[in-house]
Formats: sequence, C-alpha cells, structure tokens
Amino acid sequence: MLKKLLVANRGEIAVRVIRAAQDLGIATVAVYSDADRDALHVQIADEAANIGPPAAKKSYLNVANILKAAADTGCDAVHPGYGFLAENADFADACAGAGLAFVGPSGDAIRTMGDKVAARSAAHAAGVPVVPGSLGRIGSIDEARHILIDTGFPVMIKAAAGGGGRGIRIANDLAEFEAAFPQAAAEALAAFGDGGLYMEKVIAKARHIEVQVLGDGRDAVHCFERECSLQRRRQKVWEEAPSRALSPRIRDELCASAVRLTRAVGYSGAGTIEYLYDDEADRFYFIEMNTRIQVEHPVTEMITGIDLVAEMLRIAGGEPLRLRQSDIIPRGHAIEVRLNAEDPSRDFAPFPGTVSALRVPGGPGVRFESMLYAGYTVPPFYDSLLAKLVVHAETREAAITRLVRALSETRIEGLRTTKPLFLALAKDDAVKANAVHTRWLEGWLATHSSRLVPELEP
Amino acid sequence: MAQIHSPLPGTFYRSSAPDKPPFKADGDAVAAGDVIGLIEVMKSFHEVKSEIAGKNIRFECDNEEPVMAGMVLAQVD
Repeated sequence: MLKKLLVANRGEIAVRVIRAAQDLGIATVAVYSDADRDALHVQIADEAANIGPPAAKKSYLNVANILKAAADTGCDAVHPGYGFLAENADFADACAGAGLAFVGPSGDAIRTMGDKVAARSAAHAAGVPVVPGSLGRIGSIDEARHILIDTGFPVMIKAAAGGGGRGIRIANDLAEFEAAFPQAAAEALAAFGDGGLYMEKVIAKARHIEVQVLGDGRDAVHCFERECSLQRRRQKVWEEAPSRALSPRIRDELCASAVRLTRAVGYSGAGTIEYLYDDEADRFYFIEMNTRIQVEHPVTEMITGIDLVAEMLRIAGGEPLRLRQSDIIPRGHAIEVRLNAEDPSRDFAPFPGTVSALRVPGGPGVRFESMLYAGYTVPPFYDSLLAKLVVHAETREAAITRLVRALSETRIEGLRTTKPLFLALAKDDAVKANAVHTRWLEGWLATHSSRLVPELEP
Repeated sequence: MAQIHSPLPGTFYRSSAPDKPPFKADGDAVAAGDVIGLIEVMKSFHEVKSEIAGKNIRFECDNEEPVMAGMVLAQVD
C-alpha cells in the first residue's frame, strides 16, 4: 500500500483524490500555485507545497517543481488527476525515475494510446472495430484514393500527432480531399512537428459511448459504459450511466472489446475506451483511449458502488485487481452535470469571481463533487468547472426528476453558472427520450441559449 | 498620457500565438479599436481593444503575466 501521495492537480479532482487517499489511510500532500493558496484541496490535505506562479506552465505543468515537492515531503506516489500532466508520458517516466509510483499506466502505455494512429492500430489488432478509414498513416494521395473507394465521403483528414479536436479537416468529395491533403500535411508539420496524416469516415449522427476499465498490467475488467452525447464544442456537459441506447447484446460486445484492448496493451490503472455508436447501423467504433481518471467517473461509481480512485491507488501500490468481472453489477441509473463558471445566455462567457453564499444539494442519491466553499474566490487562470452534481436513482426517469430537485436546491451565489442549462435540458422532450447525438446540443443551443439566463445573486 | 486597462481578470498575452509577433511593439501608435493583446480567462481568449488613440504605446504588463480586471496594461501619449 502507498504511504504518502502527492496530488499533482487542483480543483475538484484534487479534492476527490485527497479524499480517496485519506479513506485508505494514505497521507496526502497538496500542491498549489500562488493563485490557489486559499483553495480547498490545500486546506484538506495533510500537507501542502507551493509549486510556483499562477500560470499553469510555471506550476501545475512544472515537472521539476512537482518532483521536488514530492522529494521534500517524502512522498512515495503521485496522482496526476485529469488534465495538466495526467497523460504526459514523460512525466510518468520521470516519476518512475525518481522512485515514485505514478498512479496510472506506464509511460509507454500512455505513449501508445496518445499516438492516435498507434492507438487505432492497437485497437484493430485487438479485434476492436475502428471508424472506417486508413489503418495507419497515409503514405500518398494514391493510397488515400484506394481507401476512399471503401469509406466514401465525407471523411476527416486528421493529424497523427493532433488531438482534442485540433488538426482536423473534412472533405466532402475527391476534389476537396486532393486540395485539403497537402495543406493538412503542411499544417500538421507546422503545428505538431509531424506531418503524418490519417483519415476516418465521418459518422454523421453518432452517440458518444465510453467504457470504464480497470487493469493491473496483467488482467482487466470493465465497469460498464457511460453515454456522453450531450457536448458543446466537443466538451461533455452531461453524462450518464448506463447508456439507454444500447441493446444488451451490443453492450456485451462493446464492453468485451474494451477489456480485450486493455489487456492487449498491458494497461495498469483506470482508463476509458471511447467509442462512437451509430444507432441506425447498430454499430460501434473505437475512437480513442483516455489513460487517466475522467471527469465523469462518478456516474460509473454510482451504478457499480466501486470507488475508482481508491482502486487506482491500490493498483499503483502493487495490489492485483480485487474485482472479478462477475463482482461488478450495475444498479439503477446515474447522471452527472458539470456546473461551470460560465454564463449560458452569453455564449458561455467565463465568469470567475467570489462565491458570496453556497447551498449544497443533499438527500438520497445526490453527490456534489466540488472545491467550493462560501467566501472562496474562483481564480481566472484555470478550468471553469466549479462542481459536478451527480444523482442516482432506480430508473433514468427518476434520475432526471432527482436531478431537477437537486439543481433547485443548489445555490452558488455571486457567480453565473451553467445551472439554467441543465434545468432546461432536464425538461426537454428529446433529452427525456434520450433522442440525442453528439451534435444535438449545439443545434438546441442555437434556438434556446438566449433563454438560459442565470440568476445572479447580489 | 492615457492608460489602457484590462477588461477582465486572467492572463495577458501580447501576441496571438507564441510564434507570432506582438499585436503592438513598444513605441507603436494605437488607434481606437486596435487589438493590443489577449486575455485568457478560464481557457477562453478575449481580445483587448484600445478605447483610445495615441502614440508611443508602453506596456506596463509583460507577456503571460496574470492580471486583474481594471489593471493598467499599457500607457499611450
């Protein structure tokens, strides 16, 4: 078992990881920038270390300062949270090199899954369906023409070294493809130092479905799926587990494919395999693997009763997987919404400031994951996520009713938040029927966003 | 002499990208409406436009420096 953990993150995830470690009797060290001296994660950790100025590059992304803090405080492990250094293979290697257990997969596993082409190849080799397109990098336009006979149009031309929606071009026919291909190669070379390209067919109306996995380097299990189809600018805003869109047969196939891939790459820790699911064709396609704990992990915890962060800590401490697949049984339905410091009526303009008063929702089936407290000033330098409201109930319908109840209880005064968005979505017929896809929310916002005016308390 | 203030709290940037030249170099003239920098607030970027015209801009705030709303970013003659 680990003895002392440095949490290399901030905000709600730092609070979440510190709580999980303390529940296991592991001592905790928070790190903080000059802008986060008053942050909750600093207050609740057993110790705290300053790691530099507000700019993330000089603090939360500063590997030397973080490793020094770990050495100075006598830590034997580092949890990276999500974002910042969580999927940085060199950081994972640097931790290992400094004798620290990195709570996550090996640097090599992060490298393989972080390279989009290598990840696609690994998925294909493990018998996981991938989006139709090139299996590896495209060598020439001639090679692309052959592949296009099978895929058809539209296709996305993607940079092998890209990610997060960057370096993507869409071609609707061969002429567009031939014009875009050399431009995309030049752009990828300039932006990423690597002109390598691959391509994927555009799946027009797809759901985002992802499978939570746990591995110990030898064996792996899945903790069922989440659906995160409600997205704005490729950022998830509402997540649920399980997905109502899947038949039992497709769910079994999907989850089994995720376990195959997790085993094939010798994965250790918690990870997420992301897929697109095409309702009409009743088919799923691998898109990528996230080699970290995800923001939306609590919905899986609510339906399975598993503390995923605690399992990560046990695995990093050298324990084999405690759970057999037959131990993991989903119950009921969970929904998470992301309360961000943004004004949904003004194109989601960021709204940092001071929380003048706070009323946290409670009662059965309600979980509020947050770093807020009354009097806390949200700094402008980092992510806008303030809180994740997670509800659990016997059915999806009951979970939506409970979500509205819990949102109505929630008051975050002094800031504008995305709460009005979720109150409106919970009452929308398409959301209630789960008749959505990954581009549905942006269309809905075009006609509804002006009515999502947040209450702004004095 | 007049001052250009930051409209928002966040991180101030002098250019649109690390490999791009600054919007304004020290000593440049500024017209009303000219972009003089960007403020990053919670990962979103907002242009800072000068509301005044003047000569010989002098930046009081460095690239990538944290700023508060109302802070002086630059002075012009």
